[in-house]
Amino acid sequence: MLRYSLKRLLSLIISLVIASLVIFAVIEVAPGDPASFMLGVNAQPDTVAALRTELGLDVPKWQRYLTWVGGMVQGEFGTSYTYRTPVTQMVADRLVVSLPLALYALTLSTLIAFPAGIYAAARRGKAGDVAVMGATQLGVAVPNFWFAMMMVLIFAINLRWFSAGGFAGWDKGFLLAMKSLTLPAISLALPQAAILARVMRSALLDILGEDFMRTARAKGLSRRQALWRHGVRNAMIPVLTILGLQFSFLLAGAIIIENVFYLPGLGRLVFQAISSRDLIVVESVVMLLVFAVITVNFVVDLAYAAVDPRLRART
Amino acid sequence: MNRNLILGGALACFFVLAALVSFVWTPFDYTAMNIPEKFQRPNAVHWLGTDHFGRDIFSMIMVGARTSIAVALVAVSIGIAIGVPLGLTAAARKGGWIDEIIMRGNDLVFAFPSLVIAILITAVFGPGAINAIIAIGIFNVPVFARITRGAALSLWEREFIMAARVAGKSAARISWEHILPNVMNLLIVQGTIQFSLAILAEAGLSYIGLGAQPPIPSWGRMLADAQTLVAIAPHLAMIPGIAIILTVLGLNLMGDGLRDLLDPRLRVART
Amino acid sequence: MSLLQIENLSLAIHKTPILKGVTFGIEPGEIVAVTGESGSGKSMTALAVMGLLPERMEARGAIRLDGQDLLTLSEAQMCRVRGQSVGMVFQEPMTALNPVKTIGDQVAETILVHKAMPPDQARARAREVLDRVGLPAERFPLSRYPHELSGGQRQRVVIAMAIALRPKLLIADEPTTALDVTTQAQILDLLKGLVADFGMGMLMITHDLAVVADMADRIVVMRHGEVMEQGPTRRLLAEMNHPYTRKLFAASTHKVDLPPPPPPAPLLEVREVVRDYRLPRTRLFAQPGTYRAVKGVSFTLNRGERLGLVGESGCGKSTLTRAILGLEPVQGGQILLDGEPVLTGTAPNLKVRRKMQVVFQDPFGSFNPRHRVDRLITEPFHLLDAPPTGRAREAAIGEALEAVGLRASDSRKYIHEFSGGQRQRIAIARALIIRPELILFDEAVSALDVSVRAQILDLLAELCRAYNLTYLFISHDLSVVRTVTDRVMVMQSGEIVEQGVTQEVFDNPAHPYTQKLIAAAPVLPEPEALRERLS
Repeated sequence: MLRYSLKRLLSLIISLVIASLVIFAVIEVAPGDPASFMLGVNAQPDTVAALRTELGLDVPKWQRYLTWVGGMVQGEFGTSYTYRTPVTQMVADRLVVSLPLALYALTLSTLIAFPAGIYAAARRGKAGDVAVMGATQLGVAVPNFWFAMMMVLIFAINLRWFSAGGFAGWDKGFLLAMKSLTLPAISLALPQAAILARVMRSALLDILGEDFMRTARAKGLSRRQALWRHGVRNAMIPVLTILGLQFSFLLAGAIIIENVFYLPGLGRLVFQAISSRDLIVVESVVMLLVFAVITVNFVVDLAYAAVDPRLRART
Repeated sequence: MNRNLILGGALACFFVLAALVSFVWTPFDYTAMNIPEKFQRPNAVHWLGTDHFGRDIFSMIMVGARTSIAVALVAVSIGIAIGVPLGLTAAARKGGWIDEIIMRGNDLVFAFPSLVIAILITAVFGPGAINAIIAIGIFNVPVFARITRGAALSLWEREFIMAARVAGKSAARISWEHILPNVMNLLIVQGTIQFSLAILAEAGLSYIGLGAQPPIPSWGRMLADAQTLVAIAPHLAMIPGIAIILTVLGLNLMGDGLRDLLDPRLRVART
Repeated sequence: MSLLQIENLSLAIHKTPILKGVTFGIEPGEIVAVTGESGSGKSMTALAVMGLLPERMEARGAIRLDGQDLLTLSEAQMCRVRGQSVGMVFQEPMTALNPVKTIGDQVAETILVHKAMPPDQARARAREVLDRVGLPAERFPLSRYPHELSGGQRQRVVIAMAIALRPKLLIADEPTTALDVTTQAQILDLLKGLVADFGMGMLMITHDLAVVADMADRIVVMRHGEVMEQGPTRRLLAEMNHPYTRKLFAASTHKVDLPPPPPPAPLLEVREVVRDYRLPRTRLFAQPGTYRAVKGVSFTLNRGERLGLVGESGCGKSTLTRAILGLEPVQGGQILLDGEPVLTGTAPNLKVRRKMQVVFQDPFGSFNPRHRVDRLITEPFHLLDAPPTGRAREAAIGEALEAVGLRASDSRKYIHEFSGGQRQRIAIARALIIRPELILFDEAVSALDVSVRAQILDLLAELCRAYNLTYLFISHDLSVVRTVTDRVMVMQSGEIVEQGVTQEVFDNPAHPYTQKLIAAAPVLPEPEALRERLS
């Protein structure tokens, strides 16, 4: 188990290094000099040069890469070109919205999808299965941001249960903050739940055809007992894979959904940064997102080993 | 009869047809503003109503279908054109360094959701439909590489491949002659599903302004324009959304139907 | 009253009959074997008793266990019968256990699901039955996972689960078919011992008449869902009243007539061949270890000779086969065909390859399902510098198909239109079409029913006479190797431990392993001897 974890950890670090190189390289090819962009076309050459020095743009590329990566390792993301404030602080301010939103959505999606998928698999071919599958077929086809707009129309504009957008802030109390994240989280979660429920169902149906399920029935377990005791845990292996992938979709989806609800999250930050060509912010946020995805996949790898003893044994 | 295939195929065909017809005919000029006739609900003249500039929504939906389908088609083709050969190569050289590099590279690309790729490209080159195509295309490469490799690996274990090797055929020739035709069904079904996902992704990118730029209409941007008006003209938001849902639903049903028709045992990844 | 009485049991799916009026009974302490070829309905009979038939399959008649008709019980009532009154052992031990649960949990589950004992007692009982089936605590603690056990050990766990509550009836569906012959003998002994100890009745399903003859008190012979004949084992085998029983018996003991081999002249020479596999790295930067699958094997196969290679799974015979075919490199030694190496470096030597062809085991996996027969069997033409085209190609296809007992017109069909036996004929046609000097038969008849197997063996003998075939016949089945080879080699853990003239090796095995193999293989008794003993 330890060896397996270490191996995954090493591959996590390699992935992070390569990802950071890719991101740095892409941003480096960006046309135009941030310093002259920030100061406008009429700036004096020596003012531009001074700003370049201040932003650390006048040193060789490899040195800038190392400074960037070294800074990130210490939680230091550099200084925003436009706002002249530490990127770390800007990102941290936004992260307290985006991260809870993604986790909220992931929890909702799991809570909906697991029972729905298991229910459908247990009633394969019967009315309950057909209903769940029909609903998921629709759920998979709905764009989450459109769903979000419809929720605003119904629950905020017509019923006035929720506000149409904005974030209450955590200092106004946990429940109030969660309430302003609820519509965004639901609109993120439902389409993902549809996918997850389908994966859960098909993984379970695959397992139901396995020999050991017949063995379980021969011991005297009922269909339902066999499904719960022997099916669900084995089905978790494919389900975990999808769950890991979904996290990156939720993060990406959160960027879009923040736009619908005017939430001050990472997504809004990154769009402001793009329009003001604040590349250091774009670079940092993208790296953070990629870091999150890679780390989640590492956690999924560890979860595999927890579920499947064969993995624990193999190296 | 295969109900899924017929219903899904009909829906998908309808939108493809609308996109094709839009090249030669639309009820109105989709760029023509007509402020006096703005915010019309669906009626006999403007079948789906008009938007805040008085533009005909039906015409915009037709041209928007063109954008969506074109972007998705090119992006998925990129994914297939690069991903399938990579997957075949990785399977033929299983365990070798080529396999290792391809699979590691795949893992890495999986860490960049297409939206993140689009953000990076836009930050550097500015927004546009090409960005959407590249971003979605890159994201599709590992999907096809992985699924091809997985299916090809199990085929390489089969005895008919051994027989071909005994007949002295090279790995490349076996991949082309025996492996590719036998993974084709899987690729067709997965291709349909990726196509539907690409339509969704394109809509999302245009919605946040990283996709097709004005004056080219796209469903995603129509929704972005409708957002502030949703209280006064909800049909502006409803109609493009329903168009997206019906297209994606149609493609998904078609994928399921094709799977049942071609081989019910196919394992297709839906992510 | 019988323990189990099956009366007039009929089964159908979509109006297609699967079982037709099956009737037989089992007494306590009695072993009844149901035997027959694939499609006989023998496994369906077992599943019907368990109430685990595929959905939409309706059973009629009666299955009485201690007088209680199981067909009238509700699903919930059946759950109480399964595992408690009736235990079942399946064919595939490798997949019959849940990979993510420990063997202790899985055995104890039988007890817990019936609420027969509190958990700690259930675990004690699990320990006890695992000991009883030959998995002692010091080597097999309850915390073991299935993947840590061999096939035979896993089958013991499955048996332990089945007998944990001391059921009155044990059903075993081909319990040893997936196992090696020495393991098979141990499992059969274990089952016999359990029946004797517990006084259970046992319903054993098997296709292997020899196993039946050894084990069963009574035999039920089935074909196409009907009982052909049943009776006490000895009497049934001595009399064989039904023609189908006689046919089955004859096919199981089928002998072929090989022409005498020509005087020895070496064709294939295998010298000190070593094949290593790399093991996965155990430490990150350490050199990965290797596993030696073939340890310096040497032998010569003469032109016109039929050589057998027997051994149990994992002995290295498949690895050796792939090395001879030039599909994998060897790490030491040489493989020469007609004096030339099959592999130069890692590049296959096409001039040598065209002298050699192979027939595989699986009649279903050996062909690309998307190609027609003509394309399938002409694939080896790829090895020729100037493959025949047009008329000559068609003539070659027709000749090859007719040589294996098919028609030239079959060349336009797809492979799914043929039965398993016919597919194996097509595989032989594919091997013959370029007139190779040597053919390798890799478990080529192992997947076939006995009557089909007998026909294919006859075909081999016929081809030997017509084409002077030289072949290497690789198999785990001693009885088949005995009849179709002139010489035989016995392989164990990567080494050839004994080789010699087939008849001599089988009659007087010199190596202890060979002796063990031959002793373990179940043998059908001579009907004459049985008749004498009965009278």
